[in-house]
Amino acid sequence: MAAKGVDRDLGLRLDAIRRDHGETVRVDQIAEVVRAMLDSMTGDINANDLKLYREIESLADYIHAAKAEIAALRPGEIKNEFIASATDELDAIVGSTEAATNEIMDSAEHLESLTPLMDAEVAARLTEITTRIFEACTFQDITGQRITKVVRMLKEIEGRVESLIKAFGSDTDDAPAKADKAVMTDADLLNGPQLPSGAADQAEIDRLLASFD
Amino acid sequence: MAVDKNMNVLIVDDYKTMLRIIRNLLKQLGFNNVDEATDGSMALQMLRVGNYGLIISDWNMEPMTGLQLLREVRADAKLKPIPFIMVTAESKSENVIAAKEAGVSNYIVKPFNAETLKTKMVSVIGDFS
Repeated sequence: MAAKGVDRDLGLRLDAIRRDHGETVRVDQIAEVVRAMLDSMTGDINANDLKLYREIESLADYIHAAKAEIAALRPGEIKNEFIASATDELDAIVGSTEAATNEIMDSAEHLESLTPLMDAEVAARLTEITTRIFEACTFQDITGQRITKVVRMLKEIEGRVESLIKAFGSDTDDAPAKADKAVMTDADLLNGPQLPSGAADQAEIDRLLASFD
Repeated sequence: MAVDKNMNVLIVDDYKTMLRIIRNLLKQLGFNNVDEATDGSMALQMLRVGNYGLIISDWNMEPMTGLQLLREVRADAKLKPIPFIMVTAESKSENVIAAKEAGVSNYIVKPFNAETLKTKMVSVIGDFS
């Protein structure tokens, strides 16, 4: 080993100095020993190597800190809870706007079916109005397509979060989950509108209210 | 030559609501023989057995898009002459160019109104007012 070789050389040199000069050594002789010691290190570790080691060490610290921060974000929770919830909400938007649009068109078609009972001028005006209604209903197609694009983007984010979880292993799930709040505030009650699957209907609300009587 | 408003029109869109809107607008324009398909492959099957005078199709559908349907129609000797109007939210110039190169007769960008639909139909099948 290089380090043991250096130790042996240094020991021999110190023994020689002790033999020649006893325990009293001149400063220039000490300087010579130190210079010899530094010279002997050349080829083992130089200043550039030390700088590189320090850089690598700080990089390792940085990665460790980043890993801890990512773990604190709980990417598993982002993937399983937030993204899934956002996707469900968007699907619900598409569903409810589609249902509303169909209701509007049902009414417009019903109005239009009455035109044979009207005089020609009124019937023509009514047809103009129902045409405007049909035109306005095209918003549902456009919003539906836009929301589909957003859902696709969320899926992409979900995939990347999943890659992150795989890259960092199970460490990312070690961070403590958000503690349940002991006291519920008014803000905690603002979670609506509920998705159809989790929403109570009016009859259930009425029953609940009646249960207080 | 007068336009026969009794011609069969095929409308293609994966949004049922949009099919209903177009059907209603066509009805108001006097076209009552309207069939519906919800994607390109379904439309192609209907075109091969039916007798259609006009195709009005969306672009963004799966598994077969409106553009693929257009290419299939233009590659088929029997279907080739049928006027084809693309009705889509794809409004980039490269989309319009691709559709034109594939042989589209006209192109309507969503959202659209009844007047635009009528104007484009007149441009491809002739005046029917």
